[in-house]
Amino acid sequence: MTSLLSVQSLAVRYGPIEAVRGIDFDIKEGEIVAFLGANGAGKSSTLNALVGLVPVASGTVTFEGQAITDWPPEMLAPAGMTLSPEGRRVFGALSVAENLAMGAYAIKNKNAIEAAWERVYSLFPILYERRDQYAGTLSGGQQQMLAVGRALMSGPKLLLLDEPSLGLAPKIIGQVFDLISLLRDQGVTLAVVEQNVAMALEVADRGYVFASGEIVASGPASELAHSDALKSAYLGGE
Amino acid sequence: MDLLLQQTVNAFALGGTYALLALGLAVVFSIMGLINFAHGELMTISGYTLMYCGIAGISFLLAVPVAIAVAMIAAVLMERIAFRPVRNSSAATMLVTSFAVSMILQVLFQNFISTRSQPVILPQVLSDSITLGGLVIGLNKIAAIVATVVMLVFLDIFMKRQKTGIAMRAAAEDFNVARLMGIRANTVIAGAFALSGMLAGVAAVLWVSQRSSVDPHMGFLPVVKAFIAAILGGLGSLRGAVAGGFLLGFIEIYLAAFLPPEMQEFREPIGLSIVVVVLLFRPNGLIPAASLKSEKV
Ligand SMILES: Nc1ncnc2c1ncn2[C@@H]1O[C@H](COP(=O)(O)OP(=O)(O)OP(=O)(O)O)[C@@H](O)[C@H]1O
Ligand SMILES: [Mg+2]
Repeated sequence: MTSLLSVQSLAVRYGPIEAVRGIDFDIKEGEIVAFLGANGAGKSSTLNALVGLVPVASGTVTFEGQAITDWPPEMLAPAGMTLSPEGRRVFGALSVAENLAMGAYAIKNKNAIEAAWERVYSLFPILYERRDQYAGTLSGGQQQMLAVGRALMSGPKLLLLDEPSLGLAPKIIGQVFDLISLLRDQGVTLAVVEQNVAMALEVADRGYVFASGEIVASGPASELAHSDALKSAYLGGE
Repeated sequence: MDLLLQQTVNAFALGGTYALLALGLAVVFSIMGLINFAHGELMTISGYTLMYCGIAGISFLLAVPVAIAVAMIAAVLMERIAFRPVRNSSAATMLVTSFAVSMILQVLFQNFISTRSQPVILPQVLSDSITLGGLVIGLNKIAAIVATVVMLVFLDIFMKRQKTGIAMRAAAEDFNVARLMGIRANTVIAGAFALSGMLAGVAAVLWVSQRSSVDPHMGFLPVVKAFIAAILGGLGSLRGAVAGGFLLGFIEIYLAAFLPPEMQEFREPIGLSIVVVVLLFRPNGLIPAASLKSEKV
């Protein structure tokens, strides 16, 4: 399989804080990759740097063979990569349908937009039912579906999900992971940051373990699940 | 009773103008966190355009759209030249930049036009009035109310039905996430300035229609009022700006009409005290902005 995304010596800084310290990883087409690690390990900073929401201090990012290191966020959705950010961040004062329409903002092809609506509404019938409701009035689980649906509207090849199960009831969390598998079956490549380590490793093919801005372990999900590096990343993580 | 009705019409006319100005400030603030004090100079530019059109013998009906278009172009240029370089700077830097733009423009008006107030030729009908059930209403007041309503309806449709309008609302709530959707920062910011210029242009026409003159500082006072109105309504909230503009208009007109003569000299402080009291009870304004409610990481 070919690398869809490949990252070399990526570093992210916030003033004096070194949030990500020169990490390397790659994501192959059709994979689900889990990014794990304690709070503050640098997982969100990594995803945000990939999509240009925070500046890349050094290193290179290559997507489909193209250097996208310093691309601004608005160029990535049209290129086929998007992020559903931590904390969902739906537009609360926009209706559900308006949120989804914004997800398709970058697409010019009318048929592609039509297909995106059908796909998202058939994945999430509840969003169709609530299409005229303000997104801010949805439940947490529904908002998460909307955040993922909105990201899917741009028809991404690579979808980055930052803590999609954050703050959701256990029953709903199961649905989120089912969705991740389903999307992969539909041909989407996924990178998922998760605090739910066990469930993440169950659906993922491979994982990377972050600690203090570095990748301290990586490998197939089944092997990582039992690794000491994973345990110490959570127990000893700063 | 008649006096009350009469003053209510006046309050709607003045409040509507404040609402348009406050909306112009709010559209820009909601998207880029900039309080544009040079908004008043957009009004002044529009006022001078009306004046020159009158001198050139262009009919008022044609001069109005020209004046509005000039304000829109000036607003977009202002963003390009002055605000884009400081776009990612602190709110204080942007605020100081807007003061600088405002002062530079005032100096240019003084040096290249005149330091003194210039007359603006207005059509006679604007100073006519009609009698409606015992009320004598100036046509300029009616024009102000109609223009305000038309602008509010236009803006509402634009923000709800147009893709760019929806994108502007999205960007106002969460700029970064909006960019993730492929919404270009330059597009929504230029759009916000164009809209604010349009609103300033319409407000300028209404303002000049009540006064028949324009001077280099014409925009200063109304924009300060609009700023108060925008805060009263909830800074960055469009509906709030409209509510704040009308409320401020009502406070000012009613105080001017109904405060006893011996207290008239305290009118402004009393009006501002009412604003402060409202803000004590509603610190985020009458209708707080959506970006305040949404969680940001
Ligand atoms: N905008 C910011 N400004 C300054 N420091 C930041 C900023 N964002 C993150 N950091 C710091 O960078 C480090 C990495 O944060 P990051 O959010 O990437 O971690 P994370 O692995 O996503 O954690 P969590 O699991 O809590 O989401 C932390 O020390 C954090 O305090
Ligand atoms: Mg995080």
